[in-house]
Amino acid sequence: MAALALRALRGRLLRAAPGRAGRGLGTARDFPSLEEKPQFPGASAEFADRLEFIQPNVISGIPVYRVMDRQGHIVSPSEDPQLPKELVLKLYKTMTLLNTMDRILYESQRQGRISFYMTNYGEEGTHVGSAAALDDTDLVFGQYREAGVLMYRGYPLDLFMAQCYGNASDPGRGRQMPVHYGCRERHFVTISSPLATQIPQAVGAAYAIKRADASRAVICYFGEGAASEGDAHAGFNFAATLECPIVFFCRNNGYAISTPTSEQYRGDGIAARGPGYGLMSIRVDGNDVFAVYNATKEARRRAVAENQPFLIEAMTYRIGHHSTSDDSSAYRSVDEVNYWDKQDHPISRLRHYMQGRGWWDEEQEKGWRKSSRKKVMEAFEQAERKPKPNPQHLFSDVYREMPPNLRRQRAALERHLQHYGEHYPMELYENRRRRSRSAHPNTTSTS
Amino acid sequence: MAAAGALRLLVPRGRLLPPRRGLRLSAPAAIQVTVRDALNQALDEELERDERVFLLGEEVAQYDGAYKISRGLWKKYGDKRIIDTPISEMGFTGIAVGAAMAGLRPVCEFMTFNFSMQAIDQVINSAAKTCYMSAGTIPVPIVFRGPNGASAGVAAQHSQCFAAWYGHCPGLKVVSPWSSEDAKGLLKASIRDDNPVVMLENELLYGVPFEMSEQAQSKDFVVPIGKAKIEREGTHVTLVAHSRPVGHCLEAASILAKEGVECEVINLRTIRPMDIETVEASVAKTNHLVTVEGGWPQFGVGSEICARIMEGPAFNYLDAPAVRVTGADVPMPYAKILEDNCIPQVKDIIFAVKKTLNI
Repeated sequence: MAALALRALRGRLLRAAPGRAGRGLGTARDFPSLEEKPQFPGASAEFADRLEFIQPNVISGIPVYRVMDRQGHIVSPSEDPQLPKELVLKLYKTMTLLNTMDRILYESQRQGRISFYMTNYGEEGTHVGSAAALDDTDLVFGQYREAGVLMYRGYPLDLFMAQCYGNASDPGRGRQMPVHYGCRERHFVTISSPLATQIPQAVGAAYAIKRADASRAVICYFGEGAASEGDAHAGFNFAATLECPIVFFCRNNGYAISTPTSEQYRGDGIAARGPGYGLMSIRVDGNDVFAVYNATKEARRRAVAENQPFLIEAMTYRIGHHSTSDDSSAYRSVDEVNYWDKQDHPISRLRHYMQGRGWWDEEQEKGWRKSSRKKVMEAFEQAERKPKPNPQHLFSDVYREMPPNLRRQRAALERHLQHYGEHYPMELYENRRRRSRSAHPNTTSTS
Repeated sequence: MAAAGALRLLVPRGRLLPPRRGLRLSAPAAIQVTVRDALNQALDEELERDERVFLLGEEVAQYDGAYKISRGLWKKYGDKRIIDTPISEMGFTGIAVGAAMAGLRPVCEFMTFNFSMQAIDQVINSAAKTCYMSAGTIPVPIVFRGPNGASAGVAAQHSQCFAAWYGHCPGLKVVSPWSSEDAKGLLKASIRDDNPVVMLENELLYGVPFEMSEQAQSKDFVVPIGKAKIEREGTHVTLVAHSRPVGHCLEAASILAKEGVECEVINLRTIRPMDIETVEASVAKTNHLVTVEGGWPQFGVGSEICARIMEGPAFNYLDAPAVRVTGADVPMPYAKILEDNCIPQVKDIIFAVKKTLNI
């Protein structure tokens, strides 16, 4: 460590030098008040003459900003974003459609139709509230539980399903596990599994946007667990020092798979870390879609206007299991889950609000539930019927251009299939027809 | 990190340079250029050519780079294009990957490749795989570069070759220059490439001058990635090497020539994709093969060459088993005499050649 410190000092000395010829270091002109204030380059503060350690809870109890109470009443009229009815209906319909899609795809995994799934139950408010507050061209780096953001931007059910099924319509060509969506046209960077790697990447992208002076922002989603990764530290620090237009959006949903927040950190959540990095920070009620909207809108506006990073910690609760590989009954009670599902759910809160305004009633709710379920089921059935991607895609995109060894392998596969294709279920693949004789007596042969 | 910090303090600037080697004369317009200056030229030309190109890393800007590769570039291009970063390989590699995803063309300098281990998830899981996993919609044009391989007197954690590590991974291209022309041409080609490229330079070569042809002095000069170069033609045995050992092979070849043994020396230049055809053609001619590298033997570059020769048409042309000359299979010792004997030397190459030729 001493070596590092020395090195840092040397860096400081060198940095002071360029363009200051003739101004010696340590002269009275550089340090006008040697007595009164500490002159260390790494901090600006007063001297203290009493031995005292700072309490870790010195910034504890960061309040949770909200606009609506749990019954959907506006708490303070001045904070009401006054969103028009059509927009509120869009928020609600996106949240509920996401919920319906989750239920059907979760079940399809349980039935063995897809390999894996992650539901968004209980966190719909964080997705939709933040997505609505962004410009559609703002770049999104998600973690993996942000399907609602993409859905809000109009990503069609067919493509969600295509990705989960890895069928021929999947723009990702079936190369990723389910829920790893990506869409260039909607400025949603393809989800990558390793945790928290998106955080420094998002900062790098924000730096690129700043350089292009594009009046765009980057939003980077992550969980409170991912915030323990070193990448999060690096990302926060770089965003501050590079002065990037980025909104860090932490979904603090209480659990990192099975690890509760009480074992994840000892400080006051994630928002409390912001000041240490020089980030503007806020904590919001993530189940209050208007609070999420207001905070994201203002953070986004200032991030772009002032080229500085913002940190939003949205408090919420992961009602579903972490993924289909998890059974959360092993580490939390049914009562706990039920509380959030029945008493403090972002969808029911917004429904209460809409009903209070006379914009929604039981009948509309029933009708929408039925029609949205039908839409999802149609997309689901279509996705299941679609062929798998063409086997030729085995070789593409490893490099931007196909190198000779892969071209040779592809040609070898083609030759092999020409001779022995009849022994493979070629009819399951895109643009492939079974050649002449069928090896399976029950399959009608074509061509 | 403590060890890494210690090395950063050392920052050897020219103190470890090996003696100048005798080089063949070429066209009269050729000039002598060090590898350091060749890399600097390549960066300068590509920064000038393409506004999207930028350099980031520790101490690359105001300090001109720990090894002075970026000398003068910060003054010329400013904070926007030459960026000093805090000490976090994982952090600035992630920044570079994200910037590449968003359309820039970063050159990410590792002060040495030893420190790239702290960022390997970003290099392998993000840079190398994202193009594939996004079905080609998110290319990651990026160059990871810095000194690689055995240095001198800096012990096990700072003296190792990463050619096999990175060469293992599809999605990456890996280049390893020897001469100044290699360094300039490969760096320029890497920056222009749309894929992530790992460029493994060698600290001990930075201060070594090589002849640079008139053609190589041009701003349009690039060395194609994936093509090896025959540095010396011969008929009795094929020597294949990359980076600093190429020079050792040429020395061994001139000594052996006095004994009547003509070595063909192939400078691999690129580790992945590997130009095995050039090696095959040479083996078909010489019927003998010796590989030379600074890295460890197991799963090394030499292992790969031997396996590919076994599997291909050149195997039937071999008159004797191929021999690998590699770094010793131990963490690099600090003691100088042990260190010297852990790295392939000219005498080891001569021994291997005589063994395979049975003379």
